[in-house]
Parts: sequence; structure tokens; C-alpha cells
Amino acid sequence: MDEMHDRGETAGLGASTSHSAHDTHPSPKEYVRIGVILAVLTGLEVTTYYVKVRTSILIPTLFVLAFVKFVLVVMWFMHLRFDDRRYARFFVMGVALAFTLFLIVLISFRTFLG
Amino acid sequence: MADVAIERPGGEPETTTGLPSTKLAMWLFLASECLLFGALITTYVLYRGRSDVGPYPADVFDIAYTSVSSFVLLASSLTMVLALSAAQKRDMGRMRLWLLATAMLGLTFVGGQVYEFTTFYHEGLGISTNLFGTTFYVLTGFHGVHVTVGVMMLLSLVGMSMADRLPDEPAFPVEMIGLYWHFVDIVWIVIFTIVYLIPTGVAPK
Repeated sequence: MDEMHDRGETAGLGASTSHSAHDTHPSPKEYVRIGVILAVLTGLEVTTYYVKVRTSILIPTLFVLAFVKFVLVVMWFMHLRFDDRRYARFFVMGVALAFTLFLIVLISFRTFLG
Repeated sequence: MADVAIERPGGEPETTTGLPSTKLAMWLFLASECLLFGALITTYVLYRGRSDVGPYPADVFDIAYTSVSSFVLLASSLTMVLALSAAQKRDMGRMRLWLLATAMLGLTFVGGQVYEFTTFYHEGLGISTNLFGTTFYVLTGFHGVHVTVGVMMLLSLVGMSMADRLPDEPAFPVEMIGLYWHFVDIVWIVIFTIVYLIPTGVAPK
């Protein structure tokens, strides 16, 4: 797949835009493949609810599955993998700020300590 | 700087960054939306398990039902990228078909959420019943509003396409609305895990 999506064509270049990126976007077949992977991961998430798993294993597993799904959608469906890196920087900044807010508030209120 | 604005194929003028302003603005908007939903999710987690009176999450959640809703929203992300792919090939008929499919899946999700809220209400969970009710309805309600706005944008796009009012490069507006739609999907990925799966999975019934 990588030969079809040369990041160098679009990443970090002022002349690169969404228009030039169109040529490097995935094919419908690849989109369907990502969709199937997302469905399988969601199925795994739901399975954890019905299978008795220790909390110490369950929570990290759910977070990892959600993280993988998040990254797949952002990188493939939102095309951050193929677009100019400056878009990714803006978005990562927002996600990082939100996560920092999450940690600061929960640590301040000692939520993690129960 | 050049005095003459050079127009790009999608109708977007040349910018000093070399990036289309609309797309840059959309990504900045989505970054700000991360903070909005980050605050709402943080508030939910902060008050989780601190309700003095029921109903509690384990009393009302139907994971099988919500899982189907999650699959529906996930499927809508796939139909959205298929619409974009068709738009890039200027296959307007197929583009409209996939856009309509995305809108219908979005409406199914919203309808499911309305049904879920109604069921919870009849089971005694109002917005002011307890901390769980307040934080749950505000978080998932805001998400539902975002899905509804997305459906309206999708239907507007279909209408504009039928009226032949899309720009020369129709893929650009489809891509912009698609970015918003996928963002709504990734927010649900986080909500589904934190709100539905973790508390009910951890707390034994």
C-alpha cells in the first residue's frame, strides 16, 4: 500500500494541498478494508462486556482498542496520513490540550485515588 | 506578495501557507471541539460513581442496543469516505447515493439515541435525577446534536449537488463535511468506551 501513498508528495510542502492529496487518497477497496478492521475491533470491545475479565486487564485493553480505532479513523478516513503535516499538528494540539485538561482535573480531584 | 489572487481548482484562493483556508479552519475547529468534548468527558468521569441515588449506569444501560448504534455510526464513516471517493472521480450519482446513505445511518443513530433517552427517562433517569443523569445526558446529548448538524450538512450537500450548485471540484466540500462527520465518529469511539463499556464492565451487577 505504501507505494500508493507516498507521504513525501504531500507532507510539509507549501504547494501541497488537499487537491494534490486526492491522488494519494486510499481506494474504495482500502476504505472497506479499514471499515472491516474497525468493525472487528468494535466487536472485540463489546465482547469484553460479556466475558469476565479482570479489571486490571479490562480497562487497558479497552483503552488500547479505542486508541487503535481512533488512530485508524483519523489517519485513513480523515486522511491525516496523506495530507500536509500541519493539519495533523493542529489536531494533535487540540487532542493533547483536551487530554491535559482531563489529567489535571482528575488528578486535582483525586479521582484516580478513588 | 502577488497582487493577483491565484485560484485553486476547488475555488479556494492561493494562501501564504499554501494550504486551503477552509480546510485549515476546519482542522482548527475540530481541535477546539476536542476541548469541548474533553471537558464534557472529564466531567462525566469526575462524577462517575458519585451519585447518591439511582438509577445507576448498570440499571439502565443496554450494551447490546448501544453496540448496534456504534456499528451504525461506524458504517456511516465508511459510506462517507466512499462518497468522497466517488466525488473525486466526479461520479455524482454515486456520490449522492453514498451521501444519502451516510445521512440515513446518521438519522438511525440519532433515532436510536432518542429512543434510548426516552427509555432511560421512563426508568426514572431524568437530567436532574442524579450526577450520572446530568453528566450522561449533557455529554451524549451534545454528541447527538453534533450528529444531527452533520446530517443537515449532508442533506444540504445532496440538495446542492442536485441543483448543480457545487463548485467545479465537488470533492472539496464533501471532504470538509467528511472531516466533521469522522470527528463525530471518533468522539463516539471515546464515549462508547468510557461511558458504556468501562463502568458497566467494571461494576458487577
